[in-house]
Amino acid sequence: MNLEKINDKANKKLKKVVKSIWVFNWFNSCGFTEILPVVGSRWDMERFGLIPVPSPRQADCLIIAGYQTMKSIKRAKLIYEQMSSPKIVIALGSCPVSGGMYWDSYNTIKRLKDYLPVDLYIPGCPPRPEAIFDGISKLIQKSTN
Amino acid sequence: MFNLILKLLIMLAVIFGSVILGLLFKGIDRILSAKMQKRVGPPLLQPFYDLKKLMVKESIIPRQAPKWIFELSPLISLAVSILLLFYIPIAGKSILGNSGDLILIIYLFIIPGLGLVLGAFSSNSPYANLGSQRLVINMIGYEFPLAVVSLVPVWLIYKNGFSNIFSLSTIYAHNIWGLIGPLGIIGLLIESAVIFIVIAGELSKTPFDVEAADSEIAGGALAEYSGRNLAMFYIADAVKTLAMASLFIALFFPWNIQSNFGVMFLIYFLKLFLIIFVSLTLIRTITSRFKISRLTRTYWGYITLFAVIGFLFTL
Repeated sequence: MNLEKINDKANKKLKKVVKSIWVFNWFNSCGFTEILPVVGSRWDMERFGLIPVPSPRQADCLIIAGYQTMKSIKRAKLIYEQMSSPKIVIALGSCPVSGGMYWDSYNTIKRLKDYLPVDLYIPGCPPRPEAIFDGISKLIQKSTN
Repeated sequence: MFNLILKLLIMLAVIFGSVILGLLFKGIDRILSAKMQKRVGPPLLQPFYDLKKLMVKESIIPRQAPKWIFELSPLISLAVSILLLFYIPIAGKSILGNSGDLILIIYLFIIPGLGLVLGAFSSNSPYANLGSQRLVINMIGYEFPLAVVSLVPVWLIYKNGFSNIFSLSTIYAHNIWGLIGPLGIIGLLIESAVIFIVIAGELSKTPFDVEAADSEIAGGALAEYSGRNLAMFYIADAVKTLAMASLFIALFFPWNIQSNFGVMFLIYFLKLFLIIFVSLTLIRTITSRFKISRLTRTYWGYITLFAVIGFLFTL
């Protein structure tokens, strides 16, 4: 019952932004290399209403690409706090899921979920543009159901 | 009394109509720009979706910002942008046409930008401060060629001995392309080319978007705005585009078929589309941003030079 309520609330949140998601990118590693073609002419994310915005205040969606270090997670949290609600977080790549290839490093974040409320994981090393679109279509489906 | 109510109803229609038309043109602009870059582009109604989303989002007011200035400035921008359309003839008719003239309109065009500057300075963000300083430089830049270009029809009307020369309805009633010889036509063509660049500068679109340089200063003047306040700036930008294009239709391209309002509006719509397509979409897509140091030189040097040369041809 309680879980349903939480899901319902999350879906309502998603439904408001899902037709025009403005994206703020936060990246300090290789996870971003495959999101550049998504912006460009081949995959063109603008056809789904997604555009990159320069300021976190205007953003609905925070894309965190690749591993976060102990230092950079502080900035990521700061950006998340600056965004206006409703807001969603997408974690790109294997590193935010489990640490990825940096699983035994002394200063990377192993599970992003411990620090930020992640709505969607897109695993991959780095994820292909198709995977990113697949993830976003899942978001849209989840909000309409 | 009846006339007053009718006028108010027309004003209401202009307010809603201009917002819808402005957002529609924004959608068309985005699709055409995407097509030119070999992309598919967003749906036509994407600006409406954006607006709907912005309206339900939380609007954050920075802690150190004075709340009333921060919330008032988008209202000023939006209100003055719509007010402009009351003075400018739309398809040959303007609501307050007899009470305002060209000089008033040129001054009013500064106010939406100044509202943005005010809000940005009050937001207390370094990015917004830098952005609004750049916006002021941009405004100083485009005012000079804009003034020279706007003087050309006034001069032509004056030379041909009409009275009430600064009134827009007088300028609209007399087609200036018919008042001059072949040398003057060349001058007017040069002025038309300058106009398209000045519109791009006035609306601070690429290559003149130094104030909102996304990759340098994080959105510039709009850096701290979100939610409802951002939505108001979004609409103000769309309506100002319409107003700017309508002003230059009234000044330079007033041809129309004397028919019923529907046909005249259709022709007006086509002219709007043409002007917005060239001055926003085309220039925006094929150029990249000016350096801030080259901006003023471009405006006061090359563009003003062309405007003055065109003016000399029409003397």
